[in-house]
Amino acid sequence: MSINSTTNKNFTNFYQVKTKHSGLLSWLLTTDHKRIGIMYLVSILTFFLVGLTFAFLMRLEMLTPGPTIVDAQTYNSFFTLHGMIMVFLFIIPGIPAVFGNFFLPLQIGAEDVAFPRLNLMSYHLYLVGAFLALYSLIFQTHIDTGWTFYVPYSLRTGTDVTLTLMAAFILGFSSILTGLNFVTTCHRMRVKGMKMFEMPLFTWALYSTAWIQVVATPIIGITIVLVLLERSFGFGIFDPTLGGDPVLYQHLFWIYSHPAVYIMAIPAFGVISDVVATFSRKSVFGYKVMAYSTLAIAVIGYMVWAHHMFTSGMSDTARTVFSFLTFFVAIPTGVKVFNWVATLWRGTIVLSSPMLMALSAIFLFSIGGLTGLHLGAISTDIHLHDTYFVIAHFHYVIIGGILSMFIAGMHYWFPKMFGTMHNEKVAKTGVVMYFIGANVLYFPMFIMGYMGMPRRYFDYLPEYQIYHVVSTVGSWILISAILLMFINLLIGIFKGKPAGPNPWGAKTLEWTMPSPPPLLNFIETPIPNHDPYDYHDHDERVFREAKEKEKEIINQENS
Amino acid sequence: MFEQTSKYVSTVDGAMLYITAFSVLMLLLITVAMIYFVIKYRASKNPIPTQYHGNIVIEVIWIVIPTIIVLSMFYYGYTDFSELRNTKEYDEEYFVTAKMWDWDFKYENGTITDTLYVPVNKTLKFNITSLDVLHSFYLPAFRIKEDAVPGRDGFIFITPLETGVYDIACAEYCGVNHWDMYKKLVVMEQDEYYAWVESQSKENKPEVTTSEEKTVESESTEMSENNEN
Ligand SMILES: [Cu+2]
Ligand SMILES: [Cu+2]
Repeated sequence: MSINSTTNKNFTNFYQVKTKHSGLLSWLLTTDHKRIGIMYLVSILTFFLVGLTFAFLMRLEMLTPGPTIVDAQTYNSFFTLHGMIMVFLFIIPGIPAVFGNFFLPLQIGAEDVAFPRLNLMSYHLYLVGAFLALYSLIFQTHIDTGWTFYVPYSLRTGTDVTLTLMAAFILGFSSILTGLNFVTTCHRMRVKGMKMFEMPLFTWALYSTAWIQVVATPIIGITIVLVLLERSFGFGIFDPTLGGDPVLYQHLFWIYSHPAVYIMAIPAFGVISDVVATFSRKSVFGYKVMAYSTLAIAVIGYMVWAHHMFTSGMSDTARTVFSFLTFFVAIPTGVKVFNWVATLWRGTIVLSSPMLMALSAIFLFSIGGLTGLHLGAISTDIHLHDTYFVIAHFHYVIIGGILSMFIAGMHYWFPKMFGTMHNEKVAKTGVVMYFIGANVLYFPMFIMGYMGMPRRYFDYLPEYQIYHVVSTVGSWILISAILLMFINLLIGIFKGKPAGPNPWGAKTLEWTMPSPPPLLNFIETPIPNHDPYDYHDHDERVFREAKEKEKEIINQENS
Repeated sequence: MFEQTSKYVSTVDGAMLYITAFSVLMLLLITVAMIYFVIKYRASKNPIPTQYHGNIVIEVIWIVIPTIIVLSMFYYGYTDFSELRNTKEYDEEYFVTAKMWDWDFKYENGTITDTLYVPVNKTLKFNITSLDVLHSFYLPAFRIKEDAVPGRDGFIFITPLETGVYDIACAEYCGVNHWDMYKKLVVMEQDEYYAWVESQSKENKPEVTTSEEKTVESESTEMSENNEN
């Protein structure tokens, strides 16, 4: 890396580039994957904050038994809105839409994704779907079905779910197109000399996720069409009074929505792999096993959906088979955790904010994953199903594992995306608060769930109050942590010091170009290493000295 | 943890304990290893990393051993469940009907009540269905639930070992009063229970023999009509 390229003087970065459009249109009509990534980041975070508000209100309502701030109908709307917004607008598109769009081409040495216009169309579909969803959810009807839309309730409820379902349908298309784009990009756009098994593990994660998006998402589309037909024209598909079968709906719903859990989780695993390798100054332990386990999760994850239905009235044989299969998805997931920990072994460990967050995420995600075992075994699941235990389990996975890694990704790639550094001290304080908040918020729910507190309850028996109070206090800590980290990053964009091309000492290709990247990414065609995390000649002392020199030069040029 | 409300409860709690113990052990292992490595190999102490690309023997070990352990969990969960589901002989049978937002409990003699009365030390079968949307018949103290699906009959068995009053809850979201479907399961001494059943059937004698239209509980008339179809 020559010193010259540490500053932005010799080229224009993708923010400064003039196109035929200007202002907002230069964003909304761009086909640059980086701009699309940034637009996703802004929209997704906006919707996340809306979903977070509903979470905050729900926890507040649960502070005391009986009505605390709202009535039962409103509470039911809250958890529906929270679930819908977080699942469909935030966590499913989440990491692939934001960091996938921005960094997939960079990690494989490409100028853009395979189909840039299709990529823009995905974003437009996302935006249309999202606004339709928000409009229908908040302004048109106080939808109260839960994000699962179980029939017959969703067919009968007085609240109008048609528009919301249309929104979910459109969002599904956005997801399919992104998946299609990423699969093609990984196969066709890799820089000369990079084999499939030389891609960074984040790219591997995006690739596996993209396959699930392409294969699983159409099923939710079809299911939505069937529900709409039934609601509008009285087709008897799901409604028993018309001769339909409500359990069929659950199958169709979970055939998509279980793999969707992996659409959310696998990219987060990818971020952990990249972050842990970078801050251990070491190649990921068992790279190939990691790549294959990512694929294995994608494939096995497709065959375990009915573990959500052990009490639904499906046959005992089906319950047994799905319980059996479910345990196999635990294996590649466990292998990943072991390999991350093994990567630390004999490394050179630097506890920057993304690394701290990744280590915290490994811990929290492990709790989420291990309690999945309780829910995979039939006899225990029958007790725990639809209780707070399940809420705790999947929030440990989603908040502890996935949101953690989304935020870790925001910190890790922040200098590349915006060209400046955030305040690391504040960021680390945020990570610690996040860790405490998540545990205080979700751990009491395991206990409540085991005691028998069902989920989606507006009110509860007095013996649960102590757990609810602790949990609500936890929600305040967690939300403060999230806001602290977001504000810190926001300040970093405007006030942060220039970051240079590679502030973390990372080895993947996105760090070989200036920050923020130029329009077509690479100034010279990069030459990939056979090992994407090639630290064989690394010495932390030499790296830090070079860093100091680079900082001086940047400061001189800027003054 | 170990309430002896039924034999099944202790097997479920046993499975719960087994899985939890394994989970805690794994979590400790992972956490202790992480903390140890982070301290021992911190950049200031270990500035030059040792490159190490993996080890196939280790990978095989940590694929095979967890596989065996989780399959034992599957087996544990499965045997308890299948033993319970394949109960062939039972002493009493009840018909549980869910509707928005209430339960009705019908006895073999046609009586319908709002609180579920059962005898202790007998094997009981509950047939569960719904009149409208999905509900779920949940007995937390007995570690068991089964969805109430309209147009279908689900069933569960319990064998209570102790008398007492237990909660019945709805565990499948069913609308605005989903939270308000708590009812009581009263486990009585056998002679007490049979005396009670006897008194109920006397009160209802004319109706019981002909149809199920009239019952002790008010407002359940409409219910039993629905039950017919
Ligand atoms: Cu699932
Ligand atoms: Cu309910």
